Amino acid sequence: MQRAYPEKPAQVYFFGTCLIDLFYPEAGMAGIQLLEREGVKVIYPQQQSCCGQPAYNSGYDNEARKVAAAQIACLQGGLPVVVPSASCADMFRHHYPDLFADTPLRKQALDLAARTYELTEFLAHVCKVRLVDHGPAATVAIHNSCSAQRGMKTAQDAISLLRQMRNVAIVQQERASECCGFGGTFAVKAPDISNAMVQDKCDNLLATGASDLVSGDCGCLMNISGALEKRKETLPAQHIASFIWERTQ
Amino acid sequence: MSRFEPATVNLEFDKRVGDALQDQELRANFRGAMDFLMGKRAAMFPDKEGLEALRTQGEAIRNRCLSQLPELLEQFEQRCTENGIQVHWAETAQEANAIILEIMHKHDATRMVKGKSMASEEIGLNHFLADHGVECLETDMGEYIVQLADETPSHIIMPAIHKNKQQIARLFNQKIDGVEYSENVDRLIGIGRDVLRQKFFEADVGLSGVNFAVAETGTLCLVENEGNGRMTTTVPPVHIALCGIEKVVESLRDIPPLLKLLTRSATGQAITTYFNMISSPRKPDEKDGPKEVHVVLLDNGRSRMYADKQLQQTLRCIRCGACMNHCPVYTRIGGHAYGTTYPGPIGQVVSPQIWGLHTAGSITKACSLNGACGEACPVKIPLADLIRRLRYESNNSEPTSVPAPRGQGALRKRSEAVTWKLWALLLHKPGLYALALFIATRLRALAPRRIGPWTRYRSAPKPAARSLHELAAQRSQSNASSQEHGRHE
Repeated sequence: MQRAYPEKPAQVYFFGTCLIDLFYPEAGMAGIQLLEREGVKVIYPQQQSCCGQPAYNSGYDNEARKVAAAQIACLQGGLPVVVPSASCADMFRHHYPDLFADTPLRKQALDLAARTYELTEFLAHVCKVRLVDHGPAATVAIHNSCSAQRGMKTAQDAISLLRQMRNVAIVQQERASECCGFGGTFAVKAPDISNAMVQDKCDNLLATGASDLVSGDCGCLMNISGALEKRKETLPAQHIASFIWERTQ
Repeated sequence: MSRFEPATVNLEFDKRVGDALQDQELRANFRGAMDFLMGKRAAMFPDKEGLEALRTQGEAIRNRCLSQLPELLEQFEQRCTENGIQVHWAETAQEANAIILEIMHKHDATRMVKGKSMASEEIGLNHFLADHGVECLETDMGEYIVQLADETPSHIIMPAIHKNKQQIARLFNQKIDGVEYSENVDRLIGIGRDVLRQKFFEADVGLSGVNFAVAETGTLCLVENEGNGRMTTTVPPVHIALCGIEKVVESLRDIPPLLKLLTRSATGQAITTYFNMISSPRKPDEKDGPKEVHVVLLDNGRSRMYADKQLQQTLRCIRCGACMNHCPVYTRIGGHAYGTTYPGPIGQVVSPQIWGLHTAGSITKACSLNGACGEACPVKIPLADLIRRLRYESNNSEPTSVPAPRGQGALRKRSEAVTWKLWALLLHKPGLYALALFIATRLRALAPRRIGPWTRYRSAPKPAARSLHELAAQRSQSNASSQEHGRHE
């Protein structure tokens, strides 16, 4: 069932995510700039940190709740919240209501869940962007995170944005829907299994002959490009926001 | 892996996973088999909306039946008794084994044939009976193969899926008298059939599992492809059905949608070759069928699952194995690596609840929470959510439900708990977080090149020169000042 989307708002909150904050800030900036180019004023609350997912997925609910409550506190006020990561958006949208189910923050968690959008979803459905591609010809492999495919169901939005790009050809990898093996702390707690998964993912991506790898989730990117780098293989990888922003100015 | 030893699950889990990942033949067998099964299932459900509607229906049927489980079980017992089926209740694996042995003793029985029953694996029946001088022969071809190899099943539907035909050819050649090495699959099946036929006629007791137990009519339903289930339940003079208490459904009308989901999800078949419905022992004017039919209703931790609203969803499972077939972890390590009777995503949920987190909780690690299992599940069990919940229960010793999963808090590691406490402290105090970001970005040249297991297989990510926090603050400042500037002009 498709989500009902509102008219384009004048202002939004941007939730940068902790991985982007520290390792991929240019992806966050690209997301902000893409939104502002559509005439949406972006507010970046300086009190934000992390959605709490690492602790939540590891089974440390109390710690996750503590951090999650801090995000709820700084994202108050009814504005839509745009998140450049399906995984963190999914945390807000589907897991906060569970995490706060029997607590006084339940209502606020539900309210935040309803206001949360993944970036490509927001650009495609709320801003209804029309992208003009000025970049060179590229063959792009898209890696959609598990959260984009199954939690947020926004995998198609990333594809539809890239399809607007005149000089971009999308190439299909084998077993495209399979998890890359990141899984947050899974990569560290079950490193050998995670490695088996990411190696296969790298093989399938390299086999496409793509010139670029694009994903809407920096966790997957960090995992895949980290493994490629260790193998001394090159496949330039970018967050989809950076990729689109660089080509459309 | 000749015998399921619950005590070794947590202790040897990492080693088993490591061994499985090293075994290239095993990995190739599983990859091929799982790709094949995923393809078959997908072909059975070409219409996405139709599939969703059917899954919703399946979920609703199972939920409705579970919501009245105690009443349905009573009704089932009453109907069975009226039909002449003898009903026994077993709270634990030991009780179930003892009941079955007692039935065997009553008939001076020493030979049992079995139609595939994962519940009998769950209670360790074969070994228990062997210790008491009873020979137990598996008659499902896959189970027969793993029994011959002195192994346990590696999949709940396809027990020998981890073996290729060359391995089976070698096994038959080595273990069955007078059998030459042959990779001809029809020939291999023929060999198995010849051995089993004789055993069916010699057996004193046949033991089967149950796919659905119908409360309204007291009917035992058994889904199978090879006819071994029919032979097991009709040829020997005594039939014992071992049935988890969650298998009960309200009426025969509940069966068709569930059966449709089961066979299509499991093996990609629209229907199976056999669907057996057993509602009584042989009647006086009938020429065949067992003279006695017994049902052993097995709890073994199920009522504990039932008591918790979220964990109760585990009991919706109709044992199709689709979650395994779609799990990227199971595909790579196979069923034996889990070390439990039930492997894969459903095994990660069921096993720690049956044997306790202190015994089998570690297997919940083997999940990236990617959700492919829940997407494939025909009755929409939120497997990833339940795996995550059990991780929480493993770390947490304060009771969350009554009764809490056994072994609650048993896997809590002090160092890990302290790490997460520090993490929470850092991330819920904006000032501390900003300071940490500042330090990490300014000292990025000193960022560690090795970060535990992460960098065993990947390069280390390097902090950016400026965090998004800083960049975003700069941008909003410059936006504000340019607006200010614009106003002055």
